[in-house]
Amino acid sequence: MSLKKEYDDIPGTFVFDADRSREGYQLNQFCISLRLQKNRDVFNADEAAYLDKYAMTPEQRGAVLRRDWNGLLMLGGNIYYTSKLAANDGINFQELAGLMTGMGSEAYRAMMLGGGRSPEGNRYQHEWDEKEQS
Amino acid sequence: MARITAGVGCSHVPAIGVAMDQGITGQPYWEPCFAGFEASREWMKKAKPDVIFLVYNDHCTAFDASCIPTFALGCAPEFNPADEGWGPRPVPVVRNHQKLASHIAQSLILDEFDITIMNEMEVDHGLTVPLSVMFGEHGPEDTWPALVIPLAVNVVQFPPPTGNRCFNLGKAIRRAVESFDEDLNVVIFGTGGMSHQLQYKRAGLINKDWDQSFLDRLTSDPVGLSQMPHVEYLREAGSEGVEMVMWHVMRGALDEDVVEVHRHYHVPASNTAVGHIILENKTG
Repeated sequence: MSLKKEYDDIPGTFVFDADRSREGYQLNQFCISLRLQKNRDVFNADEAAYLDKYAMTPEQRGAVLRRDWNGLLMLGGNIYYTSKLAANDGINFQELAGLMTGMGSEAYRAMMLGGGRSPEGNRYQHEWDEKEQS
Repeated sequence: MARITAGVGCSHVPAIGVAMDQGITGQPYWEPCFAGFEASREWMKKAKPDVIFLVYNDHCTAFDASCIPTFALGCAPEFNPADEGWGPRPVPVVRNHQKLASHIAQSLILDEFDITIMNEMEVDHGLTVPLSVMFGEHGPEDTWPALVIPLAVNVVQFPPPTGNRCFNLGKAIRRAVESFDEDLNVVIFGTGGMSHQLQYKRAGLINKDWDQSFLDRLTSDPVGLSQMPHVEYLREAGSEGVEMVMWHVMRGALDEDVVEVHRHYHVPASNTAVGHIILENKTG
């Protein structure tokens, strides 16, 4: 039996379902460990040594070290976990969104003050594909 | 007997808590967000709940990926504010009505809602921000004006429970409360939302029309609203907007007919549309 993923055609979105959770388990467990100051201290002293404690894939490990925020999501990370790594770096949710969208903090903040990203044209992947072609 | 007299729907955006903790709520960015809670704080003073049953979600703070309960009821004597990566919020320890909480746990399980019992748990902004906005500033040495029973709902790993399941759980919570002998005034909070997406390239999605319709239907069509499929939340209200399912627990615990006594809606708080509503049972 397979469950139909009706949400796969939503553009610019990862839905953190069981498949993603399975893939990202070690990555997400690493991220949540940074919730505590004592762990942040150890991680910040020697990132590579700290990461050795988690059986991540080389791709996940590389994405952590490069702070490839979208790469982390692609490899099974969830935003509530990856935001712990961002918080360690002094990056809040809004600044992180500025990075993930590629807009930068100022433009992203201005968009939010203007009422946010409209759902118009942002509901289905084909709407983004058509925009790209035109 | 104990009774549920009213319900509160309320966003729990972490930045709202940060703004209160840093004392910057009067800044132009924040002023309109907080102005809408002034009437709510007056209402809370009049409503004087003995106990708040607070439905919220943990944001990968108390629960890591090793164990993901769909519904987890806080049965500990108290709950400390958690360090979420930037230090614990400077707010009071949350005290439980432990006897009522364990009564509700037993009642729910016998009513076929197989909830998880939490005898130790820290609480994050999902629980403390609604208390802050509704009660105003309280420091770590203060006491919250009400006891709080936390119900943590998984909305992080898809799928969260359906709106229908949440609505029916609300009904079961009401039955549990009403079978408790002590004379208690209970107010139920459903928290989270409204529309927001925190991640990837569609981050920043806000859907005002959808949000307003959701608020309208809490009084005009609560049962129909609870039937909304998950994919509609994800598409229309953003990937994190799906946490709105938690408002159905609150709505299900109230009378069929309720009176909307207050509403507030503001965009933005950080990445999120702030929504808030107070609903009273006509029967009081």
